[in-house]
Amino acid sequence: MALDTVAAATTSPDTKQPFRELGLKEDEYARIREILGRRPTSSELAMYSVMWSEHCSYKSSKVHLKQFGDKAVKTDALLVGIGENAGVVDVGQGYAVTFKIESHNHPSFIEPYQGAATGVGGIVRDILTMGARPIAVMDPLRFGPAEAADTRRVLPGVIAGVGGYGNCLGLPNIGGEVTFDETYAGNPLVNALCIGVMKHSDIKLAKAAGAGNLVVLYGAKTGGDGIGGVSVLASETFGASGPAKRPSVQVGDPFVEKVLIECSLEIFAEDLVVGIQDLGGAGLSCATSELASGGTGGMSVELDRVPLRDPSLSPEEILMSESQERMCAIVEPKNIERFLEICKKWDVTATVIGEVTTGDRLEITWHGELIVDVPPRTVAHEGPVYQRPFAEPAYIKQVNSEKVDVPLPTNAAEIKAAVLKLAGTPNLADKSWVTSQYDKYVQGNTIQAQPDDSGMVRVDESTHLGVAVSTDANANWSYLNPYEGVRLALAEAARNIATAGAVPLAVSNCLNFGSPEDPGVMWQFAETVRGLADGCLEMGLPVTGGNVSFYNQTGSTAILPTPVIAVLGVIDDVRTRTPMSFDRAGLDLYLLGDTGEDFAGSEWAFIHGIRGGQSPQLDLQAAMRLNTLLVAGRTEKIFTAAHDLSQGGLSAALTEMVLRHGIGATVKLKNAAVDLLSETPGRVIVAIDPSKKDVLLTQATKAKISCAHIGTSGGDSLTINDSVIPLPELSKAHTETFPRLFG
Amino acid sequence: MKVGVVTFPGTLDDRDAARAVRFAGAQAISLWHEDADLHGVDAVILPGGFSYGDYLRCGAISRFAPVMQSIIKRANEGMPLLGICNGFQVLCEAHLLPGALTRNHELHFLCRDQKISIENTTSAWTSSYSQGQEIVIPLKNGEGSFQCDDQTLAALENEGRIIARYVGENPNGSRNLIAGITNERGNVVGLMPHPEHAIDTLTGPTADGLGFFTSLLHSMVGK
Repeated sequence: MALDTVAAATTSPDTKQPFRELGLKEDEYARIREILGRRPTSSELAMYSVMWSEHCSYKSSKVHLKQFGDKAVKTDALLVGIGENAGVVDVGQGYAVTFKIESHNHPSFIEPYQGAATGVGGIVRDILTMGARPIAVMDPLRFGPAEAADTRRVLPGVIAGVGGYGNCLGLPNIGGEVTFDETYAGNPLVNALCIGVMKHSDIKLAKAAGAGNLVVLYGAKTGGDGIGGVSVLASETFGASGPAKRPSVQVGDPFVEKVLIECSLEIFAEDLVVGIQDLGGAGLSCATSELASGGTGGMSVELDRVPLRDPSLSPEEILMSESQERMCAIVEPKNIERFLEICKKWDVTATVIGEVTTGDRLEITWHGELIVDVPPRTVAHEGPVYQRPFAEPAYIKQVNSEKVDVPLPTNAAEIKAAVLKLAGTPNLADKSWVTSQYDKYVQGNTIQAQPDDSGMVRVDESTHLGVAVSTDANANWSYLNPYEGVRLALAEAARNIATAGAVPLAVSNCLNFGSPEDPGVMWQFAETVRGLADGCLEMGLPVTGGNVSFYNQTGSTAILPTPVIAVLGVIDDVRTRTPMSFDRAGLDLYLLGDTGEDFAGSEWAFIHGIRGGQSPQLDLQAAMRLNTLLVAGRTEKIFTAAHDLSQGGLSAALTEMVLRHGIGATVKLKNAAVDLLSETPGRVIVAIDPSKKDVLLTQATKAKISCAHIGTSGGDSLTINDSVIPLPELSKAHTETFPRLFG
Repeated sequence: MKVGVVTFPGTLDDRDAARAVRFAGAQAISLWHEDADLHGVDAVILPGGFSYGDYLRCGAISRFAPVMQSIIKRANEGMPLLGICNGFQVLCEAHLLPGALTRNHELHFLCRDQKISIENTTSAWTSSYSQGQEIVIPLKNGEGSFQCDDQTLAALENEGRIIARYVGENPNGSRNLIAGITNERGNVVGLMPHPEHAIDTLTGPTADGLGFFTSLLHSMVGK
């Protein structure tokens, strides 16, 4: 095909263009023509099509996400907010922390290892781009039924990919989730979170300011991988018998990324860049248009200078390529020599591909001929905005009116069987098979990792300042009531931070949903965003950013609405954290918070195939008072251990506590079946030395949180009323599930 | 006392190794793979990671780095040298130690707290321990299965050059449960588990690993 230039586009307005194949609708194509006053060149069409895809433009979600701005929390803690590559939070002592969570769902179904690996790689570059050193990763994962044959293809590949990439980058993996549900068969959710730390003064932004400054592309060479990955993969629902889409998945090389990280950090330390952007989804199209938009708009790029792995690539393909491990920096001419010197030290390819100009157009040439001439904001920020119709789906009234009739254990033998059943069910079983494939020790700052309630890393070795992060979602509750469901997830994530004694500080999110073209799914999404914005406002937690993943659906079956909420907290001295379990006998166990009959959406209901009922109602004020109590329990040295109750209720929490250090417990419960299996939110078990009883009760009364003595630690069994479960038997049930399923 | 910690492209545990050296009371000096100058160090640690991306074979490219030529020369003259994980792989590739590390027998990367027993307390890096002492330090690698021919294995056993063995179930298929070995002279040690990640109970499972670094100080002061 002949080169399609701006000149050619002007003289051949009627040339037919494959905009539909590139995922653009008729009216979107018409709008591009209107913006440009002519037909786009094929390179421009490529750029608009990837940047206006759902994945990059948030065209279906934008009108809802606006609420995070409208309901924003007034805070000084937020140093950089939504809109940049990742939000940045002040954690004190001059340190800033950035964290973000993103989805890599569709690629991970097609090519589990590479999909998951490049998901980690992409989020790490987002964090690096802010000027931060990445310090930890987490990975909330969701798969089809544990017993399904395809899950045995997808899960091991995803785990190996997360580990293979993260381990090789030297980033400790400090937590996540592994959950199974039939709606994720064909639509596994692979979300990846990264945390980075920097000094306030080192924050970097994506902007191309200062005419005459140079545009430098550095990192891996550009190849044909991932071409159109964003628009083809992330925006179209899989057909039941779709064509092989393997070539659209990117292939990662963590070694190149590790070197790129160290090289970039050395460049940042010498303050050699004006602006910086990583190349992720939509590759150079995204990086150049966003950098130019962040400045005055003017930028010229000589595309033929881009170093290629495959010399046969066309300019359109180069613009769309999603080859991994690439960064784009804006560098003042006086610093370019030193910049290139550092790249050379790390053996990183770096090429000046253009410069910032005085105008307001992004101009790209190919061997001297102009092939792109666009206002960059129209590409990066002024994409289409959809007011998608949304309406409460019919299933809501139906499931909400269903009575949750779960069979409850009635005698000692049945109670024992129920505890063992929950201990071994795939959603609650021991995840060591997964986490032992991740390096949690590297960097030497990991304080907590799975199976703790939250991941915690030390930020400063001399002051012992640290941060904790937890990610949570309860899709079963979101299915029953998306507004409450996300607020419950938010409260749970914050509680998981607080059990260790850290103070919740900021929120990020990854919102995984079905097709936005389905009004019912769109309603789930709208309700979720409304619930999250309201919840964050009430808790006083700023939302620092987020990610939306739509089209997680096969045919007409959408995934459960799955908003994954990440909460970041700060702890002034990691040495004083409250651990999740006890390592000695003779401690008193108390349950904080009330227990009701909350079986809807519970693990016990899920095991019995019951989906209906009404989700629990959340009292956020009580949740916040509980968190305050938990933090006070640490600072006033009341607690020896504290552990959150969530999926699997008290049964799962006790199982996890007694197995952590092999110290048993004896527990007396009035209404054992309900007390053990109900999942009423807002509850925590704490272990205290008996001498701390009075101070605990005083604090609990002050916080208006109910506090009941339920038992003591010690012995070699978990004994609940008359049910005696020897620890080896409990351990066997808890640990054998994953090796049995996945080898 | 100065202890060099080498950084190859893809090295990951260099900062941890330097921290362990400082914890033990010595000064950590950063050594860059392209710089043959050892900057007057008294001992060297090759830390864990994926040097050169583990391309070709783990450690196969690193052994040719300029810094390694100086290290090999000094090690042959008796300088204490510890290779941890990827560092152990580099030592085998450089023929400072016999044998090779191959893929774990279960084919997964494995990260866990591992019990090992110290079998030789005469090396430069193990004198702080008592014979047969059992310690727990992290093990984390994909290619940690120690293999060698029967004759080499017999020599290692007979000469007491196995410095540490895994206790309990074999985590990776290593011959004779070998977790670490030393050379004839006892100055070069290769170890698969990571003592630098077990220097305090805040960030590690134990503080058992610190002994490797204090051993070095004792052996140097004794000279």
